Amino acid sequence: MPSQATLDFDNVHLREASRHYGRRRALARTSLTFGRGEIVGLFGPNGAGKSTMLGLLSTTLHPTTGSVLFGDRPAADLGDDLRHRIGVLGHDLFLYGDLTARENLRFFGQLYELPNLDARVQVALDEARLVERADDRVSGYSRGLRQRLALERALLHDPRLVLLDEPFTGLDDDSAGFLAARLRRLRASGAIVLMATHDFDNAAGLVDRMVCLRNGRAREVAVDGRALRDRYRATMAEEWP
Amino acid sequence: MSVLRAALLIARKDLVVESRSRELAYTTLFFAVSCVLVFAFALIREGRALEDAAAGILWVAIAFSGTLALGRAFERERQAETLKALLLAPIEPSAVYLGKLTGLLILMIGVELIVVPVVGLLFDAPILRAPLLLAALLAAGTVGFAGVGTLFAAMLVRAHSRDVLLPVLLYPITVPVIIAGVRGTAAIFAAEPNLDVAGSWLSMLVFFDAVFVTLALWTFRPVMSD
Repeated sequence: MPSQATLDFDNVHLREASRHYGRRRALARTSLTFGRGEIVGLFGPNGAGKSTMLGLLSTTLHPTTGSVLFGDRPAADLGDDLRHRIGVLGHDLFLYGDLTARENLRFFGQLYELPNLDARVQVALDEARLVERADDRVSGYSRGLRQRLALERALLHDPRLVLLDEPFTGLDDDSAGFLAARLRRLRASGAIVLMATHDFDNAAGLVDRMVCLRNGRAREVAVDGRALRDRYRATMAEEWP
Repeated sequence: MSVLRAALLIARKDLVVESRSRELAYTTLFFAVSCVLVFAFALIREGRALEDAAAGILWVAIAFSGTLALGRAFERERQAETLKALLLAPIEPSAVYLGKLTGLLILMIGVELIVVPVVGLLFDAPILRAPLLLAALLAAGTVGFAGVGTLFAAMLVRAHSRDVLLPVLLYPITVPVIIAGVRGTAAIFAAEPNLDVAGSWLSMLVFFDAVFVTLALWTFRPVMSD
């Protein structure tokens, strides 16, 4: 495993980043900075550009114009090893249904060349509260159990940048509470957490900053005492350039 | 992580998944054996098959059943977007190609281990006349077919009509593999075998493999990037 110190970063910057698919503009000249120890909520209607922004930050998409900087270096300079520091939980869960929870975690842990893998896997199973079902195939899990496992899979390698797409999907109140507590611990550990969600109730009290997107444009909105949903609705009702 | 180690991890994972579902093994084997049986009923008259029929039917069965396996292998990775998870891992994208190719090769060679004796039995083909040369032809032909097919199946994984497009793209490119495989195998099975000719076709297959697997390794990263 490469030295994480050489790859580490305290912040991530989108600099005038645009992303087009043919003539369609998914993200337009967006400049934002995300720092360690914060949870940023990305809110917006379907097709607003949330997943595109997460794709740019995960390095699976490249900006059409502008740049994405990790610390002060573009992703291209850091190579494939940068991905040791990025964890992604997608809307699809990136899990093999025919493997058990333990096998899924071990497989991805091996790809990330994690030391003490068995111990890490056990901790991850414990975090996901799946110890008793660790050797059951994932195809037999409910959506909520898979969501919990997928989150731990994304966090197995202690990423600095954590990108979550609808992390509360399929979770009951109890599991949503555990997820919120897990994200707070991540924030306390210095991770940069970005969360695209439509779930204002679960995001309330969790996000430190709020970024609203519409038609590929992003606008940062202060999180104050007002409910997130009200802030979001008010922002969406405004004129956007 | 080295490309080879990552590829082996991916291939091993594919084999574990396949050992649980047995979906690809059963469907490709069933299709290949059915194909051979249908041709046997059509082409064997009074216990004698048409000249060179055995070689042709063997390779048709391999190519058609291999196409089934190719499409399905990537469909599995698409269902929960696990292909994206592999591409997000800190490994060379070419390791994903090599891993998927290795898993497919093991599966196709497993199918061939059953289909070749079936062809030998039904068409009275002398499969033990030059077993090493026949095995080398089959292995080289399978690498060429699966090598190109794995790249195309990965390219098409996000295409809506991937099931239709895969054979349309794959067969024209792999025609040289199938021709070389058929002619080389026919040279072994012939009443008057010519092992030198079979060896020449094997050389051509090895050349094809070297060129196309190298090209696939080169192009896999841009093919899989956005």
